[in-house]
Amino acid sequence: MNDLPRFLPAGDRALLVEFGSEINPEINYRVRSLHYALRQNRLPGLGESVPTYRSLLVYYDPLELSYERLVEHIARLAANLGQMELPRPLIYLIPVAYGGEYGPDLADVAAHCRLAPEEVIRVHSSVDYLIYMLGFTPGFAYLGGMPRAIAAPRLEKPRSLVPAGSVGIAGEQTGIYPVDSPGGWRIIGRTPLKLYDPHRQPPVLLAAGNYVRFVPVGPQEYAEIKAAVERGAYEVKTLPAAGEER
Amino acid sequence: MAAFLVEKPGILTTVQDAGRHGYQEFGVPVAGAADEFAFQLANLLVGNPPDEAALELTMAGPVLKILEGGVIAVTGADMDPRLNGRPLPMWEAVRVAPGDVLAFGWARCGCRAYLAVAGGIDVPPVMGSKSTYLRGAVGGLEGRALGEGDVLRGGTPRVPLGGLAGRRIPPEHVPEEYRVPRPGATWVVRVVLGPQDDHFTARGIKTFLESAYRVTAECDRMGYRLEGPSIEHLKGPDIISDGIPPGAVQVPGHGQPIIMLQDRQTTGGYAKIATVITCDLWKVAQARPGEFMRFAAVSLAEAHRAYARYREKIRLLSHMLCPRGSRGAHYRVAVGGCSFCAYVVPE
Repeated sequence: MNDLPRFLPAGDRALLVEFGSEINPEINYRVRSLHYALRQNRLPGLGESVPTYRSLLVYYDPLELSYERLVEHIARLAANLGQMELPRPLIYLIPVAYGGEYGPDLADVAAHCRLAPEEVIRVHSSVDYLIYMLGFTPGFAYLGGMPRAIAAPRLEKPRSLVPAGSVGIAGEQTGIYPVDSPGGWRIIGRTPLKLYDPHRQPPVLLAAGNYVRFVPVGPQEYAEIKAAVERGAYEVKTLPAAGEER
Repeated sequence: MAAFLVEKPGILTTVQDAGRHGYQEFGVPVAGAADEFAFQLANLLVGNPPDEAALELTMAGPVLKILEGGVIAVTGADMDPRLNGRPLPMWEAVRVAPGDVLAFGWARCGCRAYLAVAGGIDVPPVMGSKSTYLRGAVGGLEGRALGEGDVLRGGTPRVPLGGLAGRRIPPEHVPEEYRVPRPGATWVVRVVLGPQDDHFTARGIKTFLESAYRVTAECDRMGYRLEGPSIEHLKGPDIISDGIPPGAVQVPGHGQPIIMLQDRQTTGGYAKIATVITCDLWKVAQARPGEFMRFAAVSLAEAHRAYARYREKIRLLSHMLCPRGSRGAHYRVAVGGCSFCAYVVPE
């Protein structure tokens, strides 16, 4: 797949580079490859870029870098993405206390899916989820790969406050709330990790292109990890991933 | 080094600079001054770099008691600023002394005013920026708007204060939208179509470009919801979530446009029919609920020419700042067939 992407102007200071019209790991890999390639091949006037499922939004200063030159630069990089090696992806091990006060909707999800709660936990923590992109709120990871068996609709009435770290299911998606916020996902557990801390460098724990694996923990371990996180003494555990889908 | 006490905070007064760039890939919004033109000129007037942190005042400004003196400038919406009860000239650098009271009222036109202080505002940068992002509670003063009793300090001025007071933007160079109330006004805002104009029918695009849209009460630093004739989608309103540039005009299922501003989320899943060009974004930031907007499509090349003229205007204005009373003069000079604009400032 070496088709050139589509170039769509997004106003006078941003260019949307679109690689496809669906969500799949291969297209997303090309998006992230270009994001990485632009970092390795800087041009004066090139600003930050924002990788999403199937496109990259590239900011630029038209006074320093003309639209034509930018498109030419990106077209050249895009034609050679196949030869590019991204850094080897990691799997983040995210401890989660499931059910009870941490996951008030676990029983409902289990009932909806006609599974025992333990089975929902087992399925949810059995998969490595690809982080397609971050967005929406600081540190929110769009994860792919949740098994259909545990899909469940959103709440009819969203909660006004979902605590940071809550792990939820909405349709065929699963995700982690990085900050306290209102929300309608069905909450099945909570991680003691801080996905977002503006005063930490980097402020966001997860990076696109890596994977998330949920690791069930009990209340005691949850409390211990939480205390370590508060002290700044907890480092997220990672494993090398087998390799990226190409 | 200026310092002041907040006696009344106004409706929404926040510290803003040019925004938090480089973290959008992690989902962190840019924030920053909503009206870049007024913001940059306020800084230039007091000898700051154009991107230094200043205060952004919204609809009704604060009452500030000066604790330590300095030089300030107020630009943007006219909120009837007064120093010790006497009208304070806007678009001009003014010396303030301990004990002075700087009071703002309701905006007579526009929405947002900027108060710059020589030396900037001394708050700690978070992720490289002093901009307040309210929903994420980061930046500025503890991530929040100013409150009664807060004390804000200025930074160290870059230039001697002596020569600053009285520097001003000649009034003929201040757009009249900032100065003249125009109840029920219509703002004409230029856009580049796309990136998802192909998600709309030809009729939808015609509706968008030929109708007046009213600014609703739901307008803030994140986005402006507008109301008017419904814009027809071709493929439905949803796209696979992608990045949102400033000025993006999203059209959700109800067919009503939303213009995304500085506190917008980094990504979103609604089709974007068009993007407001950079040099017209200040009009959106200054539009008030009940006023109207019309959109005029321009080509990308035209937008880039307009952007170059806009940057050049700010650059020229920064060279034109001269003390009140002294008269500078404009000359058009032709050299070897090329025309130049020269501004001469008396010593």
